Amino acid sequence: MSTSTLGPKSTSAAPAGKSGNGAPRRDSYEPNMVLATQTFDVVGTRPVRHDGADKVTGRALYGADLTLAGTLHGAILRSPHAHARIRSIDTSKAEQMDGVHAVVTADDLPEAEDKLVDVGEGDTRLSYVHGNVLAKGKVLYQGHAVAAVAARNQHVALEAANAIVVDYEPLPSYMTAPEAMAADAELLHSDLRMKEFGEQTDKPSNVAEHFHWTAGAVDEGFAGSDVVVERTFDTSTVHQGYIEPHNVTALWNHDGRLHIWCSTQGAFVVRDVTSKILEIPVSNIKVTPMEIGGGFGGKIPVYMEPVAALMSRKTGRPVKIVMSREDVFTGTGPTPGSHVRVKVGASADGKIQALEATLAYEAGAYPGSFVAPGGMCVFAAYDCANLSVDCYDVVVNKPSSAAYRAPGATQAAFAAEQVIDEVASKLGLDPVGFRMRNAAKEGTRRADGPKFRRIGCEQVLQAVRDHPHYSAPLTGSNRGRGVAVGFWFNVGLESSCTLNVNTDGTVHLVEGSTDIGGTRTSIAMQAAEVLGIAAEEILPEVVDTDSVGFTSVTGGSRTTFATGWAAHDAAQKIVAEMRVRAAKLWSVEVEQVEHAKGVYSSNGNSIAFRDLAAMSSKTGGPVSATATVKPRGVGGSFSANIVDVEVDPETGKVEILRFTAVQDVGKAVHPSYVEGQMQGGSVQGIGWALNEEYFMGADGTMKNSSLLDYRMPTTLDLPMIDTCIVEVANPGHPFGVRGVGEANIVPPPAAIANAIHRAVGARMQRLPMSPPAVWAEVAGS
Amino acid sequence: MQSIHVRTKINGQAAEFLCEPRQSLLEVLRDVLRLTGTKEGCNDGNCGACTVEMDGRIVPACLVLGAEAEGADILTIEGIAEGSALHELQNAFLEGAALQCGVCTPGFIVASKALLERNPDPSEEEIRFWLANNLCRCTGYDKIVRSVQAAAEKMQQETTS
Ligand code: FES
Ligand code: FES
Repeated sequence: MSTSTLGPKSTSAAPAGKSGNGAPRRDSYEPNMVLATQTFDVVGTRPVRHDGADKVTGRALYGADLTLAGTLHGAILRSPHAHARIRSIDTSKAEQMDGVHAVVTADDLPEAEDKLVDVGEGDTRLSYVHGNVLAKGKVLYQGHAVAAVAARNQHVALEAANAIVVDYEPLPSYMTAPEAMAADAELLHSDLRMKEFGEQTDKPSNVAEHFHWTAGAVDEGFAGSDVVVERTFDTSTVHQGYIEPHNVTALWNHDGRLHIWCSTQGAFVVRDVTSKILEIPVSNIKVTPMEIGGGFGGKIPVYMEPVAALMSRKTGRPVKIVMSREDVFTGTGPTPGSHVRVKVGASADGKIQALEATLAYEAGAYPGSFVAPGGMCVFAAYDCANLSVDCYDVVVNKPSSAAYRAPGATQAAFAAEQVIDEVASKLGLDPVGFRMRNAAKEGTRRADGPKFRRIGCEQVLQAVRDHPHYSAPLTGSNRGRGVAVGFWFNVGLESSCTLNVNTDGTVHLVEGSTDIGGTRTSIAMQAAEVLGIAAEEILPEVVDTDSVGFTSVTGGSRTTFATGWAAHDAAQKIVAEMRVRAAKLWSVEVEQVEHAKGVYSSNGNSIAFRDLAAMSSKTGGPVSATATVKPRGVGGSFSANIVDVEVDPETGKVEILRFTAVQDVGKAVHPSYVEGQMQGGSVQGIGWALNEEYFMGADGTMKNSSLLDYRMPTTLDLPMIDTCIVEVANPGHPFGVRGVGEANIVPPPAAIANAIHRAVGARMQRLPMSPPAVWAEVAGS
Repeated sequence: MQSIHVRTKINGQAAEFLCEPRQSLLEVLRDVLRLTGTKEGCNDGNCGACTVEMDGRIVPACLVLGAEAEGADILTIEGIAEGSALHELQNAFLEGAALQCGVCTPGFIVASKALLERNPDPSEEEIRFWLANNLCRCTGYDKIVRSVQAAAEKMQQETTS
């Protein structure tokens, strides 16, 4: 391990064992903990990613890099008010400006039929998607799109958009769930009726949905507890913060077909949602996913695609729109702020007796805050028969919230993991030991009913306990070490993959999963493993929606899991066909041909994949196979952190001294990119913990909508992020993959809060734990 | 609006362009010259995605006017590789998995190259200080910092051997 090059910043005591945190090693991958996972030839190695050269030379084309001949540039006019009725919109001045080609408002959209539409990771009402694309009648947040202009260039478009006159009647606005839930709060949506326990009620409300899960005897559980701790917590709205702003180019061709190029996590979602909004058949829309500069869940929703399409239809020319950073902050994402109450009771012997939580999340302007997954995750790490979880999905006057890496789980863990820590310390128990004593395992019933299949919660905690970081001495005043654990389900959804064998022995792999972090390679590696060839001999290509079978979003940690599975299945079909070809070659029965590691053999004959591929023309023609999957064997992922902090009592600033991320990923297909996901998710969690927030003025407008004032972590704010990969193979996947993209963001805020508590004795009940907030707690405690 | 005629040097080649007085160098590079390797993340100097080298200094191209490029010598991500050979930093970023989505990568590579030219053996702290204006939301920076260290080591070996 080459830690010798570390500079003075690296204050960590000992390098973290075999935790894969050294300089990248291609062939010496040693995970910390492997349980019943086979070793493979390709899966588990670290090849250079296939799209790498394009991305380090600036050649890769992201959405904003595309400019078709004759392109018009668009700009969106957004609401300055957090909540207002639109009395009228006058576009006449804008339309007359030199260089302006089209202006659209909600009136240009077809009337929304009231039906459900799949928006990538679940269903929502079509009218909500419609209303968010272009406001009709009312604006529900500052930044809500009201009208759009297409013009000669973006400067003219922006000037024209600002020349549109909108007459607003401002209305009272609500920024937090408790405010919007108040009995006298005005309704954001006059037609919204609360859904309660799965039933549609007729109660008008800003609560879109109320969920409740309960099991066992909660009251008796608390009564039989020696220690009971109950606290409430609030978290601020934060943004996914991808560096590349949203973008789209749309060309409504004269043959009636619509072609869309954009940076999206799901080309098929863009196609399907745009088709519903514009009321044209999906077969009339082709979506080409461009390279994408980050998403984290925030590039699943459709925002500008239908708008650009409408303006292209009006003008007969391609229309391109790229958001400004301010548009990104005020018009997209974010992830919900939350208000969470957690109560935990345990007996003196260290057994949890009862768990109770109430979660209210800000959905933003339209229902759907991911509070339900928050409620399903809040106690997922614990095996306790008596529990009760109540969830409220509340509309408020903020942008319609979008998924953000394990959506809903981080806010829940911030609350639950602090209370768990406090209970452990009141019982005089080690925080990891207490968690291990109560850890969920195969067969544990989750709050929402289902029982866990094979999971790695205990193994992750064991890895924390045994990690050198956990026992390393931490001295000095105002320093503390915290731990926390987190869970995310991961999803399966649907994927397609085609393999075409070339006569030089390489294989083209055609897939539809946007590659946000090296998935071309992690998918190709799974095909290579089955075919017995090198990862570099597979040539993966992400293609448009006309050129591959349906593929759901790159989200839910599903891409390596599900599209990789499709690649595995397609490769198995190729192997079967190659056996047929070899049988033909040697005039034997196909059953007599065996395949191992890329070599086909029968009765003393043998031939390598490459040579057999070269003969495909003579043995029956091209070799090609397609597979589609809708996997059921999704394996959830547990993650945990060990973090050391130092608090400056004078300023309240929290410095991260050392950070270790532990995660059960099932099987790490490409360990470098697995570590990368763990590190990236951890740092997003650190930003959420310490700095990031939508700073809202009294008028409900965002006061920090720039990357200067919305403070995401920089290189200087951080130490190295050590990783410890745990592999508890998922029995539901051919290589044991669970998925790694999300669970890593869940524990950091809680782990840091626990560390702050140990450092200075302050219990942080609000995110972010920014210097003024910490200072106030320290001063008050 | 009257266009301005600008003569400059980009990636070692003489380049001329016309631009509006309000157009930034970033717009000129991307929209006029179609050098789209330089990215836009914020357009106000706070993300570093648009980092280019101008007369030996690294600057955010979004904060420079196109007209200011008159007579300047500019290096963009497209000029980092030497012919068909990648720069050691580019190799190190690939070997070290220092990119996920890759949109920040051009800015990091341009900025890191300027660092290694000034300081061929930077400490972790010095790398972190130098790169603090480049935001990456995907990687948590760990593998970026390590890859810059790896490239520095490799380049030093090359110069000493
Ligand atoms: S685009 Fe220039 S610094 Fe962000
Ligand atoms: S790799 Fe995505 S922003 Fe850096």
